[in-house]
Amino acid sequence: MIEHNLPALQVVIPLVAAPLCVVIRNARAVYGMTFVVAWLTFACAVALFIRVADSGDIVYAMGGWVAPWGIEYRVDQLSGFVLVLVAGMGAVVATWAPRGLAAEVAPSKRHLFWALYLLCLSGLLGIAITGDLFNVFVFLEISALSSYGLIALGGRRKALPAAFRYLIMGTIGATFILIGIGLMYMMTGTLNMADMATRLPVDGHRTVLVAFAFLTVGISLKAALFPLHAWLPDAYAYAPSTVSALLAATATKVSVYILLRFFLSVFGADFAFGGMGVGQILMVLAVVGMFVASAAAIFQGNLKRMLAYSSVAQIGYMVLGISLASTAGLTGGIVHLFNHGLIKGGMFMATGCILLRAGSVERDELAGIGKTMPWTMMAWTLGGLGLIGVPGTAGFVSKWYLLQAALEQGHVWLAVLLLLSSLLAVAYVWRVVEQAYFKKPAGIGVGAREAPLSMLLPTLVVIGLTLFFGFWTDFPAGAAGAAAESLLGGALMGGTS
Amino acid sequence: MSEFLGLYPYWVVIFLMMTGFYIVISRGNLIKKVIGLNIFQSSVFLLYISIGKVSGATAPITAEGFEVYGNPLPSVLILTAIVVGVATTSVALALVVRIREAYNTIEEDEIKDEIRTQGAGP
Repeated sequence: MIEHNLPALQVVIPLVAAPLCVVIRNARAVYGMTFVVAWLTFACAVALFIRVADSGDIVYAMGGWVAPWGIEYRVDQLSGFVLVLVAGMGAVVATWAPRGLAAEVAPSKRHLFWALYLLCLSGLLGIAITGDLFNVFVFLEISALSSYGLIALGGRRKALPAAFRYLIMGTIGATFILIGIGLMYMMTGTLNMADMATRLPVDGHRTVLVAFAFLTVGISLKAALFPLHAWLPDAYAYAPSTVSALLAATATKVSVYILLRFFLSVFGADFAFGGMGVGQILMVLAVVGMFVASAAAIFQGNLKRMLAYSSVAQIGYMVLGISLASTAGLTGGIVHLFNHGLIKGGMFMATGCILLRAGSVERDELAGIGKTMPWTMMAWTLGGLGLIGVPGTAGFVSKWYLLQAALEQGHVWLAVLLLLSSLLAVAYVWRVVEQAYFKKPAGIGVGAREAPLSMLLPTLVVIGLTLFFGFWTDFPAGAAGAAAESLLGGALMGGTS
Repeated sequence: MSEFLGLYPYWVVIFLMMTGFYIVISRGNLIKKVIGLNIFQSSVFLLYISIGKVSGATAPITAEGFEVYGNPLPSVLILTAIVVGVATTSVALALVVRIREAYNTIEEDEIKDEIRTQGAGP
């Protein structure tokens, strides 16, 4: 019974727990519940992932209403993979959070913080699991609205304009997606993704093209693809560390997932990449974004802002993989989605540790922090190596696939640009490493102590995983490869219920 | 000409959409931005509702003598979207209140100036 209802439970558990947080109020009890719920959802995600790998896609009719009339939940290789990432990072960040949160969010607001956290998590999971277009919009707004609130809870007052700007841009993006979905409904009379995929007129009817354009722009805004990334750096920099870690690891990744879903499962690769030059446009934007955002990251004095700009650049790598529209390219994009989620989540966690102990994440004030907080800085530096893509880290695996995909299609220039943009990553990571290890401890770097074990351990586990997946590529790269194959092979047709 | 008139709901939608979008982009006052956002979203509500209209049809309630029914689904969908819009507006207004408390202004330029001159503040 429970096993059969896993797809629903995946979303319903955190969704039901969120209002309970508001009712319970007691901060300790609320955190205890959040902790259990977050790990339960992770268990759900892993169980679903294993089932999909064993016996193929899972189709679940919500409330017994069969698609295309009812809302359908559908777990395939790709969504199972994304669910594991989102639920996993949600659980780890929740485990890591309480000490840092005590310093950043007032006790009277903490139960509300966890309510929003769970809502955000269920929204992100819902996007990944649903097979219904309108449902995507609803879950998108659930996760977005809760993340506006979460960002505004950041202690400094700069968080407020950042949250407001994110709200404006995020709502425009979501409304664009809504317009696109409406136009597609107009043409096909269905909202079910699989059903829509079979009905979409591929002869290039203008309304479908307009829908495609609205969806592409809207999703790119949500994913912070250059040049639609303006909301991201401030939002991630001034949010509470817990929120930065969660959103950086999951939110933009889920948007990239929607892009994959719409492009390849609903419209189909032939329509999305054939004739209109969308692939080329995305490729150019991705490459420009890689360079511009990496260069901007070099000049950021605030570590969180630097990581945020680096995220924009890394979104470029993922979209680049998608824009190549080959199995190798998609595998690279999807595996980078996963690896970068881990790396950036881990780095934001390490940065949160520094913020807690040193009271600042301004690079120039952190001289010699590597000597006073050796484990935290080790985790940060290893994460940074992953961003650069040094062999032996997870970042290398994804860049390797992207390189292969670029060379496979004869784009030598693209391979060169990929390597050059990694050099920019070397620059911004090095500026922090230099400050932390090669300067005499001075200022606040002297007084800082090593982060508490409850924060350090989850951070080290996440960073350790990025190294582990650098050597053992069966899971992320293998699963991503399978997902890429099924996406290109006209997915969303069969499936067991 | 008749095609132009026949599509008039969509012209209204496009006019409202562009008006709202322009207000969001051009106005520095945060409240005006929220209003623009509302107009922008409302245009999409109209788009959905006009999709559901079938000419010569009645409300979708089965009754003797009526064969053609309007499509109720877009209206139902847009109820959800209206709720989302209300939630967005309320979160946005709550943020504007907090911004006014923190900066004593709701003009975007003045907020930027204050951040530049006085740093991030407490």
